Amino acid sequence: MSGFDKVVGSYEEAMAGLEDNMTVIAGGFGLCGIPENLIKEIKRKGTTGLTVVSNNCGTDRYGLGILLVDKQIRKMVASYVGENKLFEEQMMSGELEVELTPQGTLAEKMRAGGAGIPAFYTATGYGTPVGEGKEVREFNGRHYILEESIQGDFAIAKAWKADRYGNLVFRKTARNFNPMAITAGKIAVVEVEEIVEVGELDPDEIHLPGIYVDRLIKGNFEKVIEQRTVRNNK
Amino acid sequence: MALTRDQLAQRVAQEFRDGDYINLGIGIPTLAANFIPPGVNVMLQSENGLLGMGPFPTEDEIDADLINAGKQTVTMAPGASLFSSADSFAMIRGGHVDLTVLGAFEVDTQGNIASYMIPGKLIKGMGGAMDLVAGADNIIVTMTHASKHGESKLLQECTLPLTGKGCIKRVLTDLALLDIEDGRFILRERAPGVSIEEIVRLTAGELVVPDDVIEMDL
Repeated sequence: MSGFDKVVGSYEEAMAGLEDNMTVIAGGFGLCGIPENLIKEIKRKGTTGLTVVSNNCGTDRYGLGILLVDKQIRKMVASYVGENKLFEEQMMSGELEVELTPQGTLAEKMRAGGAGIPAFYTATGYGTPVGEGKEVREFNGRHYILEESIQGDFAIAKAWKADRYGNLVFRKTARNFNPMAITAGKIAVVEVEEIVEVGELDPDEIHLPGIYVDRLIKGNFEKVIEQRTVRNNK
Repeated sequence: MALTRDQLAQRVAQEFRDGDYINLGIGIPTLAANFIPPGVNVMLQSENGLLGMGPFPTEDEIDADLINAGKQTVTMAPGASLFSSADSFAMIRGGHVDLTVLGAFEVDTQGNIASYMIPGKLIKGMGGAMDLVAGADNIIVTMTHASKHGESKLLQECTLPLTGKGCIKRVLTDLALLDIEDGRFILRERAPGVSIEEIVRLTAGELVVPDDVIEMDL
């Protein structure tokens, strides 16, 4: 066993050390590319008071939404509430603190958090509620607001394929926030559909190097589709 | 007659130019993909990480890992590429997308747009809309001109929380196509059969009606 081998034997081991009131950054967009089994493990553990950073909060029944049921999330940082009734209800009633964050700003906050950049200027949100209370600076005649980066005690993410060293390959639009989420986690836990031996992945095809990954586990995925849209065969 | 959703989509698609990279928001903007004029090749950007979005899949082609920003299953067009959310918004904020089309609750004479929440009633979240309106030079807002109760959505000043400030220059409603210039709406085209008087009556913000307002060609 190499010191670079990131594979863990169980979901319990994968999420060991997660405690109440920690911050968890999660990859996924809607229900696409979500770390569904790692989320289920957090539900099983019953960890509460969590701050969760993710584009969406799943739906009422799937994804991060299942952590709302027993009120395990104290604060949600997300760009879209959308079709999740429970999320909207807990937000409106004030039970759940929500920091609505523009999608591109959220991605960049994670990217910067993982890249050692404490804050960045963006035009996104200037002159809107998102910009309130934030530093404004003018560059070349345009206004920008200062946004701080995000880091998590844990990152949970899903990739398609990995080697045992945690080198990752994502698949289609299931990539979304996953690479940035992983880089921004102090402990980055990734679940994948397939783990291959070291050397089997072409170094040129690796989307995210294993240096960012701490724990790796192979899971079985339900892959629920939110909006099943089709065209006629002809 | 006010334009139908399909007619709105058709009029939007007339603005597409060959070689455009385009981001279409959820709803009517997405429908515009069905009306791309012959001879015009465009590449659709989906902000969850796909450039070169194709039509909906057949039953056999459905792939849970391939969706658009509206979470609908889609396919990839020839020449498509895939990337992360950070890369996607680098494209958007960096001004590389040629045209953005999105919906709104309200727009005003200062080019402000409100589209993501109605305090106390509805919280959708801004998704990628704030980045899109901040990053694109060329934006078309599609919306109904007035609410069901006849209240104008083209205002002197937006009343709802803003999605973007001073970024909208063109609005297509079910009644008219308007530009926003120098703090006023300028009427450019009217929907077939819709009178200028009706547009004037349902536009709350300052409106200029030039002599050469044409009827939309659909």
